[in-house]
Amino acid sequence: MIAHSIFFYTFSIIAIISAIMVTASKNTVHSVFFLILDFISISCLFIMIGAEFLGMIMLIVYVGAVAVLFLFVVMMLNVAQQKNQWFLSSQSSKHIPIGLIISVIIFFELIIVVGGWKYKPDLMTSSNLIINESISNTHSIGNILYTEYIHVFQLSGMILLVAMIGAIILTFRERAGLKRQSYFKQISRERSDSINLVEVENNKGVNIDD
Amino acid sequence: MVLEYLNIFFQETYKILFLLIPVLVTVAMIVWLDRRVWAFVQKRRGPNVVGPFGLFQSLADALKYIFKEIIIPASSNKVIFILAPIVTMTLALISWAVIPFGENYVISNINVGILYLFAVSSLGVYGIIMGGWASNSKYPFLGAIRSAAQMVSYEVSIGVIIINVLLCAGSLNLNDIVMAQKKIWFVIPLFPMFVIFFISALAETNRPPFDLPEAEAELVAGYQTEYSGMMYAMFWLGEYANILLMCAMGSILFLGGWLPLIDIYPFSIIPTPIWLIFKILFLFILFALVKAIVPRYRYDQLMKLGWKVFLPLSLIWVVFTASYLFYFDLLPVY
Repeated sequence: MIAHSIFFYTFSIIAIISAIMVTASKNTVHSVFFLILDFISISCLFIMIGAEFLGMIMLIVYVGAVAVLFLFVVMMLNVAQQKNQWFLSSQSSKHIPIGLIISVIIFFELIIVVGGWKYKPDLMTSSNLIINESISNTHSIGNILYTEYIHVFQLSGMILLVAMIGAIILTFRERAGLKRQSYFKQISRERSDSINLVEVENNKGVNIDD
Repeated sequence: MVLEYLNIFFQETYKILFLLIPVLVTVAMIVWLDRRVWAFVQKRRGPNVVGPFGLFQSLADALKYIFKEIIIPASSNKVIFILAPIVTMTLALISWAVIPFGENYVISNINVGILYLFAVSSLGVYGIIMGGWASNSKYPFLGAIRSAAQMVSYEVSIGVIIINVLLCAGSLNLNDIVMAQKKIWFVIPLFPMFVIFFISALAETNRPPFDLPEAEAELVAGYQTEYSGMMYAMFWLGEYANILLMCAMGSILFLGGWLPLIDIYPFSIIPTPIWLIFKILFLFILFALVKAIVPRYRYDQLMKLGWKVFLPLSLIWVVFTASYLFYFDLLPVY
């Protein structure tokens, strides 16, 4: 039990400190690295409560794919310069109300969750999910996800698909004069299509543009 | 109480050292093997001077790297610059914790072993990105960006291929996956997936013909350009440990892991770790042969191959495998 608490507090302290550092650090690339550290410690916490599937998926999806793309974007943009301009200009105050509204909403959500957990301890057990202790974490997630919540699951898949298509359409632009490589065209070219032997008469030359 | 913890701690440390030291020695040896196979295909001699058959060439190289000066560029981001090879090396080594060398020869027999392997191999890209960015120089940065795009793309198809195997095995535990191949190795029913896995593994580990991140003709040495001495050697060790890991993953998923070729007398007395090592070496020699005989891909062709050929093909194969197993009632049930 002692070892369990030691690990729990280590991971949670690392998670909280790195979450603070995401917003506090001046260099944006460092922020992303702290975000990655945060994701990793959260997935360690997931593993500690026995949700090993969620922990691993967290690592694969967030750390392995999403954060790589974050890093990619942050490295490519020259954020330090843009940030200076943004702070100096009077435009910055325009965004404050939206930020305030979102943070107030998040704050109330947290209060609801923490309050429910504090004043109604049977909140978790009162849901009608039956947790079978004898099968592993992965199996029980599969059992619930693909039976009771199959429609929600499919719906979220469709939303992601639509979002993906939208992103592709927004960023796709057809450039004129671009020569594309086509393997089939290359392979199916015959000698007779591409090579033409011409008998050139002396002192006459040949016209190649016909 | 404390004594009990200490006891567990020392036992685990002993087990880990017992695994990691052979892995590191093997990494040094396979670098030699790689160069020998490469030379053999091209009718050269390869490293043959240090020790018998040049076996100690890698040790000599390592010694040379240790005594070289470590140069840290003045304009680099020093913390991340030093962290990058450490991350590469650590990630390449921690994944060996779940590789089963036999029914009980495994450090940690976790339920989600294959997800753990996949997660750790997908983290491998960070070592490269960190190294490339922290160097604060053009070639390393270009190499890092190339490699990030390449590794993320090929991970997707590796993930889908793993789903194929999981459908047949019905478990995420690596030992269960191996045991599910007792009747027939998955390489036979899933042969196209094995081929795609092999090629994706080449791309994932930045091996030729997909070594765009360090293409020496264009980018000097890619993300490693600014590294020297022991730090360069750590990148290099991590890279080869990753290659070995991919070979181990391939042999566990498709070639029956530690299972013998056929379970009859002369084969069944060979201990199971030897079988896994044989299979890993077999896959590694294939890796080395590919390096020797195939020219490098162009970058757009690499991306096209990953997204437009491998991903649709493996997705279709998932549908096919699932339908086949469902129709003939072969799905493993729990």
